[in-house]
Order: sequence, then structure tokens, then C-alpha cells
Amino acid sequence: MDQDRAARGQAEEPPLLKVQGVSKSFPGVKALSDMHLDLRRGEVLALVGENGAGKSTLMKLLSGIYPADEGAFFLNGAKIQATGPKHAQELGISIIHQEFNLMPDLTVAQNIFIGHEPRSGGFLLNERRLNSQARSLIEGLHLPLEPKQLVGNLTVAKQQMVEIAKALAYDAKVLIMDEPTAALNEAEVGVLHGLIRRFVKADTGVIYISHRMDELKAISDRVTVIRDGRYVGTVDTQQTTMKEVISLMVGRELAGEARPEHVVEDREVLLSVTGLSTKALLKDVGFDLRKGEILGFAGLMGAGRTEVARALVGADKVDAGTVTLRGEQVHIKNPADAARYRIGYLSEDRKQFGLLLEQEVNANIGLSSLQELFQHLGFMKDKAMRAKSREYVDTLRIKTPSVAQTAKNLSGGNQQKVVIAKWLVKDCDILIFDEPTRGIDVGAKEEIYRLLNSLAGQGKSIIMISSELPEVLRMSHRIVVMSEGRVTGLLSAAEASQESVMHYATLRPDESAEDAAELGLDEPALVAARTDRKAGER
Amino acid sequence: MSTSTVPPDQQEQQPTVAALGTSFKDRLQQFLAFASLIVIFVFFSVASPNFFNYANITAILFSTVVIGTLALGTTFVIITGGIDLSIGTGMALCAVISGELIVNAGLPVPLGVLGTILFGGLLGLINGFNIAILKIPPFIATLAMMLVAQGLALVISHSTPIYFSDAPSYIKISTGHLIPALNLPNAVLVFAFLAVVSAVLLNKTILGRYTYSIGSNEEATALSGINTRKWKMVVYALAGLFIGMAGVLISARLGSAQPATGAGYELQAIAAVVIGGTSLAGGKGSIVGTVIGALIISVLNNGLQLMSIPQEWQNVILGCVILVAVYADMARKRAA
Repeated sequence: MDQDRAARGQAEEPPLLKVQGVSKSFPGVKALSDMHLDLRRGEVLALVGENGAGKSTLMKLLSGIYPADEGAFFLNGAKIQATGPKHAQELGISIIHQEFNLMPDLTVAQNIFIGHEPRSGGFLLNERRLNSQARSLIEGLHLPLEPKQLVGNLTVAKQQMVEIAKALAYDAKVLIMDEPTAALNEAEVGVLHGLIRRFVKADTGVIYISHRMDELKAISDRVTVIRDGRYVGTVDTQQTTMKEVISLMVGRELAGEARPEHVVEDREVLLSVTGLSTKALLKDVGFDLRKGEILGFAGLMGAGRTEVARALVGADKVDAGTVTLRGEQVHIKNPADAARYRIGYLSEDRKQFGLLLEQEVNANIGLSSLQELFQHLGFMKDKAMRAKSREYVDTLRIKTPSVAQTAKNLSGGNQQKVVIAKWLVKDCDILIFDEPTRGIDVGAKEEIYRLLNSLAGQGKSIIMISSELPEVLRMSHRIVVMSEGRVTGLLSAAEASQESVMHYATLRPDESAEDAAELGLDEPALVAARTDRKAGER
Repeated sequence: MSTSTVPPDQQEQQPTVAALGTSFKDRLQQFLAFASLIVIFVFFSVASPNFFNYANITAILFSTVVIGTLALGTTFVIITGGIDLSIGTGMALCAVISGELIVNAGLPVPLGVLGTILFGGLLGLINGFNIAILKIPPFIATLAMMLVAQGLALVISHSTPIYFSDAPSYIKISTGHLIPALNLPNAVLVFAFLAVVSAVLLNKTILGRYTYSIGSNEEATALSGINTRKWKMVVYALAGLFIGMAGVLISARLGSAQPATGAGYELQAIAAVVIGGTSLAGGKGSIVGTVIGALIISVLNNGLQLMSIPQEWQNVILGCVILVAVYADMARKRAA
């Protein structure tokens, strides 16, 4: 206390929000390590870092979803320890997550005051007071909203305004926004920035998490960079360049070893995709995949890499685009078609989309090939399937006491190998790996890398989607970089560096007036996609 | 990071123990169901002098047949994570169809029986289409079919029972004694045969494997290149075939097709499946469990009746048994 007062006397008053020496570990991962950060009064502080740098963990600690292992948070110099998002809000810290937490079937007013509904007589809802409170809040913020509108009918931009109104309904001092412009067009970004400027007063501040350098320039006063759960540095926005921020983000050292040696430029093109578009996100995506090639897909969260994979194997609906396989145009309507064409997709979420967790290793490995290999007149050839499974357990060195082991009891790396085995038994020529090493410990990662290299060496063509830049750089022969549903760059192994990939990944594809109009028309679809995805997560 | 990494062999060791525990618990659940059947059986044998004799046990088995047959098909549906509410009134409709074909249209009995079973399959196929292709939730789709079947049974029969008095060979399907030495009604033999066929289908065929796969993780199964929509339709169509067979068995047993019956059977059948340890969440279950579950229900009904406990109280007790069985299943899952 005394120190605080002394500090205030000497230099300046304490920062609005101070993060001091905060660390947090999860089993196997140190997510944050000695993190610190100062948010001054009346400023917009941009927080940037690669995927997995620790931004989300920091927010979750701030809102009290997890306790910190070490360190503390100070609001106006007083130590705070939120016990949950509601408590954090009462303390004056409001967080707007990238995924909205809105009820599409409730009205704007009902959403804003969810959990704090004005009542009459103790338990009856007072709808009139609810709407009038919402109206005065909306008018105070100059938002183009009506209290009685259904949230599900609003555009994404307006839904975000509802989130903001909800966050500000309780006298917030600190507003934290995670990628607030991910789904907004240029004009809407302008409206949002106007709103932020109106919110920032002498006693409030905003932490603005984003990757869009042009936006940081437009809205932020300072930029704090974090990497691998550690604080890297803070720079004044006016005195920095995009290049400097990116180099802070990625660091200098290049982890990993040699790049793939063989150049595959001259090999035959196995798969060619052009003009791939979906209602929700993808716009005119095109690329070639050569035989024996590892084609990396890099980009930030939400750039559309997973969506490309799902569209390609027919798991999601495609609006337009042609797929040419071995010189012939093919129509892949569902994953069963994809499997017939020997294309296997290994999802980033093994547990939800890859494995039958409660079933045996054996049943998982044989699943895709049951009809082709392991049945006769409908009767299972269990012996043959077990033998084949054992063979792959041996060659891929899957650590399991037997093929009868339940899949959920295997470690992450071994589960991944089970999914790989499934597609190898199916004899796939094209394997799409989505985050092949997510949730896998370091030693097992190396083994997965070796496996990918040897598969490519055997002539399999591999698409590798990864959010870990060093992994993409180390493994890929060529790298497709995506941003906001489009391909913004194609780099050869020689051209690729952390900086160049980051450059293309943070490009905002040009939004002509025509595009904006298109986006306006598509917005209900965007909302639908968002709620669909949420429903799926649940 | 490296400090917190567990050495690979240690990582493997731990789960292995857990796995043994799980499979042991799985077996325990079936054992528990079987043990409760024995306990109930012994209890009634002691409590009522009329319970433990050949005639009464035959009666119990006979009374298990219809619900048991419906429960066999429903086991497949529930393992996929679905539900079928149309089996009860669907059965009544099938019985009426059987009467129409054999009594009113004069078809030979074997042809009439075949037609009835296929008609049941058609009902199931329609359920499957609505669920797999139109994506109507199973509960709603089969609730609708339940009402449609109930109504159609009355419309087609003009709300009057159809008697099989002129087709004694039809009645024999349920009440005859094919193997005199055994002294068991044919319906029991048919049910035993259907149970064995179901167990083979579920455990030994590709259909059974996909049934479990879809229930374990439908999305992952689809992404593995399996046409889950087709297989879900097959599963509901299969359940429909069992509806048809139950329709034949019940009308042959009663000697008549009763269009107004059937409602309520679906819940008893679902209860049998659930008591037998099949999870409503899908992915888990067995035919043996379902047979035990169906036996538990009919032993309870029979024993309580012999003890002169009114019908109303029998339902109260059955309700409690279901609660206990499902709670035991959930407790097992939480422990696992």
C-alpha cells in the first residue's frame, strides 16, 4: 500500500489495469509465464500475438474462469481476484469474446439484461421496465438497435453491438474485445471504432485483441506483444511499423530442423481445386496438390483453413468450385464419396470428429474399410480386421496393450496414429491433416513429423493445416496462406519465413463496394453459420 | 514444458488399469441385471406358492414374447442414439394388415405373414427416411408415426377386431407346439430365434458395427467415409421388420387383430431395453441385456399379479425399477 502511494506520488497514478507476474500451467503446457501488462486510463491498448500465444488464457484468468498459478491483477491499484465472469463484470471488467454469447431467439433487451432482469413483485418479469432500461442504454451509446428486435435477425455487426451494450450495462471500466472485427466489413469496423472512442473516457480503457495491423494503427494508442505465453514488449502505435510488430510476434529464432530436401515442382498434379466458395466463409479458393508433396496451410484462427478441408471432403456444403482429381473433374458430395476417391480427412478435433472414443482401437482402425475389406456377405471378418490392425499398430508404433484397448485410454499421439492408421488401411492417396500435432506432447510430435515425411516419401499427397508456424515451415514443400476465407499467398519452401507467412496471413483481402454489398446480403447466412457452429460445439 | 511431460510408458500404464476397470464395470452391469432377475425370481418363488411351476414359467415366457420382440428391434435404434415411439401402435396396425391380407383378402397364411412383416419394414423405412434424410428428430418423427399408425389401424379395420377363426394355422404361429417334448408355445421359440438372429446381426455383421459406430460418434463415422444416412434408414427399417413380427405374434396369440391396442407397448419395450443396460445416449447395449430386461418386466408383472397386487401398483413398481436401473447405468458411467 505504502509502496503504491509512494509510486503514485513519484511518477503517476497506478494504471487502470495491471497484470503482474501472472503464470498459468495446464497439464503438459505452460500457457502463461510471468505475464505482465499495463492498461492506462483513457487508452486503447492493442494486444497481439500468434495463435496460442496465451491471449485467451489471459482473458480467462482475468474473468476468473481459472485461477492464476502465480501473480496478481490490480484494478486502479487495488488487487482483484474475480471468481467468475459475472463477478469480473461487477468489478468493472467486461469481456467480449470472439464467439458471441447471445440467445438468437430472445430480443435485444432480453439479451442485454440476461440474468439481471428487472422484476416486479419478486418473480414476475417486468418487460416494460426491461425495454425502457435497454432503450436508454442503447441511446446513450448511440447504437442503431431496437430493444424489441430479435437478436437472431440482426446482422453480425449489430449482434456485436448487442454484446457491447451487454458488456457496458454495468458501468464497465475495462472493456476487453477479442478479435472484434473478425466478421465485420470495412464500414462496420468504422462504426465499431467510433463506438470504442466514445467509450474511452478519463477513467476507462480498452484492451483490443487483433491481428489486423491497419486496424491497430487506426484505433490503438499502444501495442503490447506476447509470444509463447510471455510478455515480449510494448510499443507506441505512432512510432512503430507493421514489420516491427510482426517481428516481435514471431521472434527471431526458427525452431525445428531441416526443411524437406526434395523439390517437387515437376511432379504430377494429383488434385486441383479452383474457385471453391461457401456461403459462410470461403471465397474463390484455389490450389494444386502434387504427388508426394506436403502442402502446408497457414493462416490465423478463422481464416478458413479447416473450412477448405471440410468443403473438399464434402462435410460442408459447397456453393461453387471445381475439384479435379488425376485429371478428371469429380463431385464429392459427402465424406463417403471422398473416401471412395481415397481422400482421408483427419480432423483437428480428434475426439469429436475423428475417433469412436468408446470403441476398440481395432474398430477404429477398420472403420473406413469395413465394407471393402472386412466383411463377407455382411458378416464381419473380425480376425482379418484384428490382424490388419495389429500390423498397423506395429508399423506406426502405436503404444497400446492390445488392439482391443478402448480408444479413449490412449495418449493423444497414439490416438492420432490410430486415425492415421484408419486412412492408411483405406489406402488413401490424399491425406488432409488438420492440426496434426494439437494436444500431443513434444516427443510424440517428432514421431508424427517423421511419419508425415515417410508418407510423403511413399508418394502420398498431404495437406497439412497448422496454426504452429514453425511446424508449417519445417514440414511443407509449399505453403498456402489464407486470410478471411481467401488464399492471400502461395509460398515455396525457399521463400517462406515466419515474417512472409505472417504478412500474408494478416492481409485483409480488398473489399470493394461490390463485395461489401454482397456481404450485406449474406449476413443472415453468417449468423446461421455462427449459431450452427455453436450448436455443434455444445 | 519438458519437466511436466510424463514418460511415454508411464502414460500408457495408467489408462490400462482404468480400461480393465471399465470393462469389468460393463460386465458388472449385465451381471447386475441378471442378478436382479434371479433375485426377483427367487423372491416371488418364496412369496407366492403359485409362482414357481412349469405352467407359470411358460406363461411368463409367453407374456415376454411381444414386448421382447419389439424391444429387440428397438435395441438397434437406441444404440444408434435414436428412439422409436411408433412400435406399439405400429404393431397394432401390422396386426390389422395381417387380418386384412389373410382373413379379408384370403391370402395363404405364409404369404400374409410375409406381407405383414414387410409392411412393418415399410413403416420403419418411412421413419428412417424422415429421420436420416429429412433430419426430423427421432422422437418427433416416430411420435408422428405412432399417431398415424394408430389412426390407420382404426380406419382400415373400421374400428372392429378382425378374427382369425378361419385360419387355425395362423393362430398356431403363436399358440402351437412345434416341439411337443418342450411343451413351449411356438411364440416363445420364435422369440428365442429372433433374439439369436438379433445378437448375430448386432455382433457379427457390418450392420451391427455401424450401429455402434453411429451411436458412439455419428459425425466421426460420417467423416470416416460411411454413409450414415443409409445405415440409419436400414436400422429403422430393421426395427420395422420386428414391428411386423410382433404384429403377427400378438394377433396369432389373441386369435384376432385388435386395432385399438398397441399404445403403451412402446414404453414397455423401451423400458426393457433400458433396464438391460443399453444407453439412451447411444453407442452401448446388448441383445442379452434386452432379453433380460424384457424378462424382468414380465416376471414382475406376473409375480405381482399372483400376489394379488392391483394393476395400478404394478405400474408404480415398474416405474421405480426403471428409475433404479437408469440411475445405476448413470452411476456406472460417472465412475468410468
